[in-house]
Amino acid sequence: MQSLSIQLPQVPDIASLDAYDADLLRDLYRRMVLIRQFELKVNDLFLQGIMPGTIHLSLGQEASVVGACLALEADDVITLTHRGHGQALAKGVSAAALMAELFGKETGCCRGRGGSLHVGDMAVGALPAIAIVGASSPIAAGMAFAFKRQATGQVALNFFGEGAANKGDWHEALNLAAVWKLPVIFLCENNLYGVSTHITEVMAIEFVAERASAYGMPGSTIYGNDPIIVYEAVKTAVERARAGGGPTLIECLTYRRGGHKRDDPGTYRPQEEMEAWFKTDPLPAFRARLLADARISLCEIEALEASVATTIDAAVNFALDSDAPAIESALEHIYAD
Amino acid sequence: MLTDNAAPAQSARCELTVVQALREALREEMRRDELVFVLGEDIRIGGSFLFTLGLVEEFGLERVLNTPISEAGFVGLAIGAAIQGLRPIIDFQYGDFIFTAFDQIIQQCAKLRYMSGGQISIPLVFQLPTGASGRGAQHANSVESVFYGIPGLKIVTPATPYDAKGLFKSAVRDNNPVLFCVHKHLYGSKGRKLAESSISRGHVPADEYLIPLGKADIKKPGSDITLVANGLMLHLSLNVAEALEGEGLSVEVVDPRCLAPFDTQLVIDSVVKTSRLVIVEEGSEQGGWGAQLAADIAGQAIGYLDAPILRVATPNTPIPFSPVLENAVIPDEARIRKTILELMEM
Repeated sequence: MQSLSIQLPQVPDIASLDAYDADLLRDLYRRMVLIRQFELKVNDLFLQGIMPGTIHLSLGQEASVVGACLALEADDVITLTHRGHGQALAKGVSAAALMAELFGKETGCCRGRGGSLHVGDMAVGALPAIAIVGASSPIAAGMAFAFKRQATGQVALNFFGEGAANKGDWHEALNLAAVWKLPVIFLCENNLYGVSTHITEVMAIEFVAERASAYGMPGSTIYGNDPIIVYEAVKTAVERARAGGGPTLIECLTYRRGGHKRDDPGTYRPQEEMEAWFKTDPLPAFRARLLADARISLCEIEALEASVATTIDAAVNFALDSDAPAIESALEHIYAD
Repeated sequence: MLTDNAAPAQSARCELTVVQALREALREEMRRDELVFVLGEDIRIGGSFLFTLGLVEEFGLERVLNTPISEAGFVGLAIGAAIQGLRPIIDFQYGDFIFTAFDQIIQQCAKLRYMSGGQISIPLVFQLPTGASGRGAQHANSVESVFYGIPGLKIVTPATPYDAKGLFKSAVRDNNPVLFCVHKHLYGSKGRKLAESSISRGHVPADEYLIPLGKADIKKPGSDITLVANGLMLHLSLNVAEALEGEGLSVEVVDPRCLAPFDTQLVIDSVVKTSRLVIVEEGSEQGGWGAQLAADIAGQAIGYLDAPILRVATPNTPIPFSPVLENAVIPDEARIRKTILELMEM
């Protein structure tokens, strides 16, 4: 922890990619590009006044969510936050179903009942997002409890922001998960701000992960803008969880490229801080690392980026062409049969 | 070791209390379905009302989980476990403690299915001792009234051992969150006051039976006036009705048994017969289920009524400790009787 500061980003010396399978590297990058292009498109659609609702973009935080999700198996589950588009895409929710959800369409991943704040798809292990800060942590622990009880070998990963670490539900969840040794990973995307409030105004310690020891679980603070660093940390936590070792708290230091939500320019942040963090943008950084690897060519990277652009265009068309839910269906799904 | 009121001999099986009936239901459901488990504070020694007494011996600590004092945490945990296919039952020490888990219940438990477009279901039972019982304001809430009107929740308020068992088994098998609210004076666990009425202890068949959620029950047929009451108020109302019978007034006593879903039709059918309606509940008069029922009957059956609908409920106040004051604000038999007689004069 000593090597990192909460104030300005410190990019650690990053080891060579040689040890990693080229397909994994491509997948990491492809998902990061997918999130980046998806969010930029969503932002455009908002500015054009086409898209309803509200949005909380994940721009800048792609490496943390992609690194974390690729360390999971397909049948592992995640819980998502109000800033959930990136988490959903990282876990494999289809861009088309996600886009349709943001438009409130019947073809959306939650049939248009959830919207931007509640995206998810159980078929890929993404519990539709819980937008109340901190509330998802005990629920993630509960899913892990079920996995342990039934010895399925699955794990749950709980995404949350640093703001959640001051909520009672979060503390109760960590305590229960530690006491009952549940296979859950608490993954903090620490982007330094809860809306406009800097972490140093609301926490007397420097790092969220320092709290792990108070509950009797391992905790670490890592640089969150490199997907490999996140992937490695989560992989270790997942192995520990599957082996019956219980929960782990991982804190990824990262940064929002924009404000908290669509009508927030984020100008409460110091200029020096923004400039320093924007220089660590995970996409160009990881792209440069990939290009330095002999196994992946520029041509291949460009083709990948172009194919993602096609996917996003198709997602938008799919969403716009889809029907709104039938009025008569408004009262469906309140109760299960 | 805590002990219970005289446990019934299997051969005799005369009369059970509500908590004995509930414990039988819990045992049967845990034997029937491996996915069912129970968690809560101090339940290893039976919990506050001895609902889980002796369960650890049969099912082990894996399925009878003693929790920290951490209501939001373990409610959320139960929600997650239910989403992944388990069927948790939370035994609350006092229903009053559920409010620290308000967000988990109203924002998560009740809505996640809807918001997900039907992708998930949350089979989860909350066992909640409710109502005033001489413990002051923070242990006296009519929890069912607070949650009444929240879409996505079912609310059951059984009043008799027979109903408690049959409804509890249905609640465990239901695929939705169910608040199972039992008045603290109805359990009949040792050392606790048990409301006395002709139905506060009762015969419970040894053979399995279920009572569907959402079906009201006529606890005493009558022809002059319809009285709807649940929980503890049902017993007080029944005592009054039985006394009035001897005085020549025939009161039909309807027990809704469930507040959500509510069996309004049975009340309408009764009102069609009697033309008079009084509603008795322990919760606050303001915004109570009785207010909704009065509106529904006025809207759907006013033509059958010969007089206004009267309500007996607690005024909109925290519950005072002083026994004199608690008795003054919570409806009692005298108030119920007076209201019935007033209505007959209208």
